[in-house]
Amino acid sequence: MQLSREQLLRAFRSMVKIREFEERLHIENPKGEIPGFLHLYAGQEAVAVGLCEQLTERDYIISTHRGHGHCIAKGCDIPAMMLEIYGRAEGLCNGKGGSMHIADVTKGMMGANGIVGGGQPIAVGAAIACKMRGDGSVAASFTGDGAANQGTVFEAMNLAVVLQVPKVFVFEMNGYSEHTGGSYSTGAKDPVQRIRGFGIPVFEADGFDFFSVHDAVRQALEVSRNGGGPTAVYAQTTRYYGHFEGDPMLYRAPGEVERLRAENDCLQNFRARVTQAGLLAVDDLDEIETQIRALVEHSVSAAKAGRGHAPAELLTNVYASY
Amino acid sequence: MPVKTMREAINEALHQEMARDPRVIVLGEDVSGGAGGTSGQREAAGGVFGLTKGLLPRFGEARVIDTPISEAAIIGAANGAALAGLRPVAEIMFADFVGVCFDQILNQAAKFRYMFGPNAKAPLVIRMTMGAGMGAAAQHSQTLYPLFTAIPGLKVVIPSNAYDAKGLMIAAIRDDDPVIFLEHKMLYGESCEVPDEPYALPFGEASLVRAGDDVTIVAFARMVNFARAAADELAAEGIHCDVIDPRTTSPLDEDMILESVRATGRLVVVDESPPRCSLAADVAAMVAERAFGYLKAPVRQVTAPHTPVPFATDLESLYIPSPEKIVQAARATMASR
Ligand SMILES: Cc1ncc(C[n+]2csc(CCOP(=O)(O)OP(=O)(O)O)c2C)c(N)n1
Ligand SMILES: [Mg+2]
Repeated sequence: MQLSREQLLRAFRSMVKIREFEERLHIENPKGEIPGFLHLYAGQEAVAVGLCEQLTERDYIISTHRGHGHCIAKGCDIPAMMLEIYGRAEGLCNGKGGSMHIADVTKGMMGANGIVGGGQPIAVGAAIACKMRGDGSVAASFTGDGAANQGTVFEAMNLAVVLQVPKVFVFEMNGYSEHTGGSYSTGAKDPVQRIRGFGIPVFEADGFDFFSVHDAVRQALEVSRNGGGPTAVYAQTTRYYGHFEGDPMLYRAPGEVERLRAENDCLQNFRARVTQAGLLAVDDLDEIETQIRALVEHSVSAAKAGRGHAPAELLTNVYASY
Repeated sequence: MPVKTMREAINEALHQEMARDPRVIVLGEDVSGGAGGTSGQREAAGGVFGLTKGLLPRFGEARVIDTPISEAAIIGAANGAALAGLRPVAEIMFADFVGVCFDQILNQAAKFRYMFGPNAKAPLVIRMTMGAGMGAAAQHSQTLYPLFTAIPGLKVVIPSNAYDAKGLMIAAIRDDDPVIFLEHKMLYGESCEVPDEPYALPFGEASLVRAGDDVTIVAFARMVNFARAAADELAAEGIHCDVIDPRTTSPLDEDMILESVRATGRLVVVDESPPRCSLAADVAAMVAERAFGYLKAPVRQVTAPHTPVPFATDLESLYIPSPEKIVQAARATMASR
């Protein structure tokens, strides 16, 4: 399906936002001002954007510990996210959640999640709500190579099939779960077949290629939005940084990341595709990069200068009422 | 005597017990790491906090088992292996993840012996990292020992220093009951003298960390360090404290606590958990029931607030009980009468 110029610009903008955000965090983190763990999404942009470009604010996503990309793709405000990651009171979640728990429920972004396998059943519930509303909306969850072996994911897949809810299971296989290769921990020779075994149609995609993901998602949404029950999108991808910032990546062959960056980067692939086809000009793309860099720059300075908390804020938002 | 970090001390205990007893196995996520990786380096992690380093090269894949991310299966498998005669040491990377596998602990491990009779033994250890202080937020920072302590059938160990950690880990592995072994992540790098040879410390025996006649301070895990710092400050103003580290919360050394309170008449309990149904509340209730007549002042509890653990550094440091709050609580007990 041919995307319009506006759609292409939007998609590129969204991928660049994620890339610039993550690359900048990689630089900022060693300075010691960011609390806790950071799991960067750089390298995987095509997956989040390939999905979220086809969702609206009525659709839901549930993310993972590696959530920044999903949040940005679903429209979370970048300066507010940065404030959150720095633990500031004006952060998107008041500085109480941090990198691993960024959410904006007003945008259908129902949270990054620190519990591997925590999100998939939650998304089934959101899909029940979508089905009851009957407005064609869907709920999507992201699942990594590692998470794919969590029992909660199997339960969620089965429940989604039993209930025939509009749920898209996005499998985002970056090859690793922490320090372990994805192939080690999955017993099934064919993990895609395993998902089909639940009764879920799977649309496979090349996660290095935005257009491939976009196409797979389009087909999945066609089914799920129209009463066809749950679907899955299965994409191979890679992450450019360690499991968490500071991970020495002893499990990865030297040069592996550099080679992937040079030869199969999803942003470069997008650039090449749209410029060679004459759909967008190099200047259009460069202009977007410049704008986003400025946005990230501004977000980081604002986050560094962000407001600390009044002590009373420790006690707020434990309950809606008590 | 050699000085070792708590990380090194626990690692040494695991090495020594695996060498001593072929029934000991270790299982969990990335306890070795590197499997299926592209570098070919097998032990790429040795545990995300390095606690299980060197076990795989020394004892092999049959006994050092990297698992998929499947906590319910990890603890279930540890349960079954224990019932079948092995001595598993299973790792739940962060105590918070216990939510995923709680049935295997609450309804299975804890209850086998009571339900099945004395022929059933479940000699497993479940190691978990716990505690706030790293900005790890609400799902990676909880001190869940009150939850485990409340379950009959489980033993619960929360060491506060490297020496105790080694001796208690060895005891935990040799113990015939399920033991929850909680390691505070902020203590991994703290060191003290630790003998090279193996030794076991008994459960249910508290340690008197510091002696004084005026106030009894009972503190758990990382809070023991804070209590010690508070006691130093209090000593400078002439208030002398007994600081008691129970080391295990189940069994709990009630006698040492009661004996101390009978002498001081004042009690401060310091617990990093939220206050409701906490160890602080547990100890306070025990003392109120059994040493009421000796109390010269109301018992003071210094705990986290009734909230999840916040992410932001400023809020997190308000959340965690501080030496300053312990000092204030101790002063308050001195002020009554
Ligand atoms: C229940 C639970 N178990 C373990 C972890 C620790 N952990 C966090 S991320 C992760 C690996 C996840 O791998 P994958 O699903 O492939 O996602 P990726 O990190 O590659 O994005 C693990 C083991 C956790 N957060 N929650
Ligand atoms: Mg992965």
